[in-house]
Amino acid sequence: MNDMINLSRRSFIKSTALVAGGLVVAFSIPQAKRFMGVANAAEAMPLPAPNAFLRIGADDSITVMLAHSEMGQGVWTTLPMLIADELDADWNTIKVEHAPAAPAYIHTAYGIQITGGSSTTWSEFDRYRQAGALTRALLLNAAAKQWNVTVAELRTENGAVIHGTQQLRYGQLVETASQLETPTSVTLKKPEQWKFIGKATKRLDSAEKINGTAKFGQDVQFDGLKVAMVARAPVFGTKLKSVADGDTLKVPGVIKVVKVPTGVAVIAEHYWAAKQGREALKLEWDLAGHDKPDSAALLKQYQALAQQPGVQAAKAGDIASGSKQAKQAVTAEYVLPYLSHAPMEPLNCAVKISEQGCDIWTGTQMQTTDQASAAKILGLKPEQVKIHTQFLGGGFGRRANPRADFVSEAVEVAKAAGLPVKTVWSREDDVKGGFYRPMFVHRATVSLDKQGKPLAWQHTLVGQSIIKGTPFEGVMIKDGIDATSVEGVADSPYVKGTANHLVQLHSVQSDVPVLWWRSVGHSHSGFAMESLIDELAHASKQDPLAYRRQLLKDHPRHLAALNLAADKAGWGKPLPKGVFRGIAVHESFGSYVAQVAEVSVKEGEVKVHRVVVAIDCGLAVNPDGVKAQMESSVAYALGATLSSEISFKDGQVVQSNFHDYQVLRMKDMPKVDVHIVASTEKMGGVGEPGVPPLAPAVANAVFAATGKRIRRLPIGDQLA
Amino acid sequence: MKLTINGKETELNVSEDMPILWAIRDVAGLTGTKFGCGMAQCGACTVHLDGQAIRSCVTPVSAAVGKKITTIESMQDDKVGQAVQAAWQQIDVVQCGYCQSGQIMSATSLLKQNPKPSDADIDAAMSGNICRCGTYQRIRTAIHEAAAKLA
Repeated sequence: MNDMINLSRRSFIKSTALVAGGLVVAFSIPQAKRFMGVANAAEAMPLPAPNAFLRIGADDSITVMLAHSEMGQGVWTTLPMLIADELDADWNTIKVEHAPAAPAYIHTAYGIQITGGSSTTWSEFDRYRQAGALTRALLLNAAAKQWNVTVAELRTENGAVIHGTQQLRYGQLVETASQLETPTSVTLKKPEQWKFIGKATKRLDSAEKINGTAKFGQDVQFDGLKVAMVARAPVFGTKLKSVADGDTLKVPGVIKVVKVPTGVAVIAEHYWAAKQGREALKLEWDLAGHDKPDSAALLKQYQALAQQPGVQAAKAGDIASGSKQAKQAVTAEYVLPYLSHAPMEPLNCAVKISEQGCDIWTGTQMQTTDQASAAKILGLKPEQVKIHTQFLGGGFGRRANPRADFVSEAVEVAKAAGLPVKTVWSREDDVKGGFYRPMFVHRATVSLDKQGKPLAWQHTLVGQSIIKGTPFEGVMIKDGIDATSVEGVADSPYVKGTANHLVQLHSVQSDVPVLWWRSVGHSHSGFAMESLIDELAHASKQDPLAYRRQLLKDHPRHLAALNLAADKAGWGKPLPKGVFRGIAVHESFGSYVAQVAEVSVKEGEVKVHRVVVAIDCGLAVNPDGVKAQMESSVAYALGATLSSEISFKDGQVVQSNFHDYQVLRMKDMPKVDVHIVASTEKMGGVGEPGVPPLAPAVANAVFAATGKRIRRLPIGDQLA
Repeated sequence: MKLTINGKETELNVSEDMPILWAIRDVAGLTGTKFGCGMAQCGACTVHLDGQAIRSCVTPVSAAVGKKITTIESMQDDKVGQAVQAAWQQIDVVQCGYCQSGQIMSATSLLKQNPKPSDADIDAAMSGNICRCGTYQRIRTAIHEAAAKLA
């Protein structure tokens, strides 16, 4: 590992300044390609900029600016850890703020300001460490000047520069440092010098989140800010025909009613008045002749398409000739429903339009597109739109919308109302409001030889494209294939390891808005692939673990996770009576996760007692944060496995709130044991990769318990 | 309407049928109590009414007249609330944090009625509080931890 990164060769912009009583370190390194490997730090790449990631106050406080949004995944703690290590910071002086929407904070790999793709830690691993290291070098220079000594005589520790027995706290050096140029080269620490990275570190946002002071978008209040609720189309894509608002305007607290492109907005003094006012609206929607989705009909349509040739996503050899030599073939069809993200905090967005521009307060995962969308609506330049990112009460992908739906709508409402307005969605609005994980059907036929080795693998997927119609279409759809539709299948080691394979896709057109849901395409492909592999193991009369080991023998990271999970779960060892195991392993977002679920089925009810998780994510910057994300993924995925489903009848969403869109509750939470593979491989993500293996691990355990294959999610009452 | 919130008598200009949630959030400006579902399905809005955990999103302010409303903002002044908050920090329970005010209010109420809850007691008392980040395992551990500290 080469720790020396000569920044002078990377056209450094040197600029330091005293801002708001503090020291702002700004620097620039050219745009990088995606860099994930700790082991390859010599190739470490470069950052966009100019940039300001931290501010030191005269009071010794170190304020870290987050280029990413905190939505529970812990970046409020992980990114400061990166800076603190290089800066030799006093952890107790660290403060954290969400950065504004600005080019400086563009994702090092994705080209826009976004929190998604389980990418924050690996994509910022160099940028934030360099920010810390540069600042430390600058402070050393400042101390050397102040004491009139050489830097070589100095060291740093716990927020201070030390020379012999005397020390200067970082805050005391701010004034001097602000007059110096930022150094042009820094030496990053070696892993053995890390004090924070790799050590379980408690969250920095804990205190404010347990005493009610943490501010979420929902909590934004200021003088003059009104609350709005929007009545939206009951069937996606339909238009408003007429509105009568007489009764609404009589509701005490209602201020006005305005039309916006998405429907009719009721502006009121508070939520309660807005809600009552909205209920009093008389609306007519033009439903005539409009496509009305119906779940039963959709299933038939998808199942029929799954047997037709689609657009080719991956191909090798020849399916027909491969099948000829086969001993047997397994055909299976897997069905997955639309899913709502249902973050705990219903969507909301506060907007204040002024002569100078527009201020937006919201919890968002995608500042760049929100800013651009708002600017377009208001005829402003993007930089005139200020995004004040608040804590996100859950994101799971719903708050990363390339169409900027809830932000654009709020801007439209504020514009039409001529008032500062916070739009608030009810839970019903959230459940019925779309941007679902798309419904998918997978149909696969796999031909096996005598030993159970796949000779030919034909796999067809049917579902809506998430990317089509978004600004990302040009980059993310190639040759008619939306990569997020087929990920986890087209790039699967099982499929690629089969000499004859053909993966095809049908991208269904629909007005139902779809979006990435925690783990995106892997949320359905993980279930299909790891259920299918279990079926193949069973058909070849092999142990599911042994079968996977054989097929994955050239995939050491899959194997490491698989073996660790199996070992910790005691695979093959006796379990209490009535409890059975299922296993799954799946790679997504650069991390490899295996899970063993221990399950019993009693009177048709599935009970998951324990899930053993093993993950290889490369370096785990905050191991306890990794564990928390695995626990979280198990809970999120288990709710969807057991009971969550969005369905349609007569064009309308059937579910409305948590009584019929059921998610996991405490009573169904299994014990989760997480084990992290000691790894120096490329860093991957942790927010999403724990999700895909859960459903198949549980379904495979259900098969072990009952002999019944679960090929449709949620499990619901299929076993009753 | 005259309401007692966190020990303070407060005059709020609200209608009788307004849920306590919106009176304390949108009118009194105490935003620690959260809105999650509006129909007593998720527990994010849990506050104490005369010490009992209630879902403030479906309880009208008229039901609180002459009674004491206690919210997350005053849990640090409550011996049990304090122990629960300390355990939450020690176990590092929170993720997005949005449901945690409600979780802490429910857990505090549980421990006041049952100082040494079993896992089954915790399941029964806490299953009305949804956490989409799935912090349930740590919540369970933290409740046991707080119970031990208070014993």
